[in-house]
Amino acid sequence: MGFLKSKSFSGGIHPPDSKKGTDQKAIEKCPLPPFVVIPVQQHIGAPSKPIVQKGDQVLSGQPVTESGGFVSVPSHASISGTVTAVEMRPHPLGAPVLSIVIESDGQDNRVPDIAYQDDYLNLDKKEMLARVQSAGLAGLGGATFPTHVKLSPPPDKTIEILIINGVECEPYLTSDHRLMLEQAEKIVSGMQLLVKILGVKKAYIGIEKNKPDAIRIMQGLIAKSGLPYAVVPLHVKYPQGAEKQLIKAITGRTVPAGRLPMDVGCVVQNVGTAAAVYDAIAFRQPLIERVVTVTGKGVKETKNVLTRIGTPFSYLFEFCGGLAEDTGKIIMGGPMMGLAQSSLEAPVIKGTSGLLVLNEHDSRRFKESVCISCARCIDVCPMGLLPKMLGAYVKAEYFDAAKKHNILDCIECGSCAYVCPAHINLVHLIKYGKSQVIKSMKKAG
Amino acid sequence: MDPLFIPSIIALGGMGLLFGAGLAFAAKKFAVEVDPRVAQIIEILPGANCGSCGRPGCSAYAEAVSSGALPPNRCTPGGKNVAERISSILGLVGVEMEEPKVAVVQCQGGKNEAVEKYLYEGIHDCNAAVLIGGGLKGCQYGCLGLGSCVKACPFDAMYMNDNGLPVVIEDKCTACGICVSTCPRGIMRLISRNQNVFLGCVSQEKLKAVKSVCTVGCFACKICVTPKVTPSEAIVMEGNLPVIKDIQNSELYEAVKKCPAGSYVIREKSKIPVEPEQV
Repeated sequence: MGFLKSKSFSGGIHPPDSKKGTDQKAIEKCPLPPFVVIPVQQHIGAPSKPIVQKGDQVLSGQPVTESGGFVSVPSHASISGTVTAVEMRPHPLGAPVLSIVIESDGQDNRVPDIAYQDDYLNLDKKEMLARVQSAGLAGLGGATFPTHVKLSPPPDKTIEILIINGVECEPYLTSDHRLMLEQAEKIVSGMQLLVKILGVKKAYIGIEKNKPDAIRIMQGLIAKSGLPYAVVPLHVKYPQGAEKQLIKAITGRTVPAGRLPMDVGCVVQNVGTAAAVYDAIAFRQPLIERVVTVTGKGVKETKNVLTRIGTPFSYLFEFCGGLAEDTGKIIMGGPMMGLAQSSLEAPVIKGTSGLLVLNEHDSRRFKESVCISCARCIDVCPMGLLPKMLGAYVKAEYFDAAKKHNILDCIECGSCAYVCPAHINLVHLIKYGKSQVIKSMKKAG
Repeated sequence: MDPLFIPSIIALGGMGLLFGAGLAFAAKKFAVEVDPRVAQIIEILPGANCGSCGRPGCSAYAEAVSSGALPPNRCTPGGKNVAERISSILGLVGVEMEEPKVAVVQCQGGKNEAVEKYLYEGIHDCNAAVLIGGGLKGCQYGCLGLGSCVKACPFDAMYMNDNGLPVVIEDKCTACGICVSTCPRGIMRLISRNQNVFLGCVSQEKLKAVKSVCTVGCFACKICVTPKVTPSEAIVMEGNLPVIKDIQNSELYEAVKKCPAGSYVIREKSKIPVEPEQV
């Protein structure tokens, strides 16, 4: 059946994947940074609350904040040392955020209760979820939604399918790819736990076909273990790794507008999250380090780096040989959905999958001209929206019409802006429109 | 002459008369009673539809006033004059007007004073700019300088100066408050027209964080609240910002003089009290 079209969704684009720089480079361990910055907000939801003070001694893995509600997770000290400040610090998502600054003592002393537990698979479901939350797990794919919330669907929703997201459709990024090659066992063990927690029968791993080695390894491992999971090779197309598009490709189910994956009986977790779930439940190991792809023409030595959360970007770039002179733009995440950074002092957070450094030429901007109604944006929109119309409505500040045309369904993947021959800032326009629509909805109650 | 057009005239004229009579009958029969005072009040109102009264437009306010749902002093652009005229139409007496207010810009960090943290090339609107990394200004409290308040002002009472900061033309400002609700940073504020001194900064940061991004920002040195400068406690600290409690106290001018950052703003220089000459 190999001649059949590989599974996918409608719309999407084919940007150059630019992964050649790092996809064959093994994960390297970054040395301990001299200090780390742990922001209270590293996830979607209520910010966590600091529970340490200036001058406190902390161990690596010790919680330094407690969760500020159900949709919230704690953060942990990622090195051992002294808390030198609890203050506002630059944050990769924009405005400064209250952060805990820990100066390293160079020892990396771990909290004692991190230890392997043989019978972890037989733990109670509640205990598993509690461990996931107290380990501070928030989606490692980049959206950073608290994992335990995703794993506790309301009782009226039945979950049938678990999907592990190993798509990594963003160009340049290879951290998930390397993780699948080097820590496949962990991912499968994490999957086993996720299947247990959710009580599902079917589990899939979706991987794009541009990673044949990862597909082979995962398939081999699953066949060896005899678990009833399946690896689904997917068509190489952006945004294949977006939650709703991935569900469509693998199960054929469409998540209705304004609804969640659980409404069609699916839960999607990133491969990194699956591995972290294993660490959290089997070892009680909190999330204090992650793999970050440092890449792009502006970096002297591109690498996949295993680094502590809270490591300042500047330290990471130093480890990668420094920045080139013609650096034009630094992006956290991939080039499509990543966020441009304005400070090198911002730290690696739980959702930092990569740091992309573009040179001046690649980060140049094009002059915006008028829309020629070519409808390319409409062809590529994976959500079936009309980006051209939405952009025009927002420009005219006609937010009611934008809402009627489902502006809130936009996933901000950037496909429309990528193909627009007039270089219209469609994503920014739609983002602005969404913020205004939400504002007026809040006002109306 | 063609005799054919005579029956046409008769037919059309007849139909016209018939329909006219029908319309006249319907107008009498189905007439909706309108409060004549509503029309009179609409005449008086400024007609800017600014919404500061809480209704979507002037005619909605006129209806609300004549039905008694709202008091006649809600039209800030119209001020005392309009309130009195509405009261006389409605036969009300003793309408108190609130103190006349004016909008002020509580940020002085323009292009020359404040640091920008990145090059912004997006939509020319402050509310769109704050979505990109929290705004282009180094100061997370500062004016973004893209003029959303100026665009929103229904009375053309604002403009952007060369330094990239909005300026209120006080003669035109009616204190409708549209700029206040538009600004994503909360920099615009309505103050009493009797208040001549206000703080031109809303930053809650302290010394180092302020100094690294702005030369005129208040860095919470607290000099203006010391008894030496303001013995009658006309200014008190709330958080990291001084707040003026007694708006007409002459000690405020002393605070303006002593402020090391120059964060205070004087609205009208001519109103500064003249110091007695030293002998």
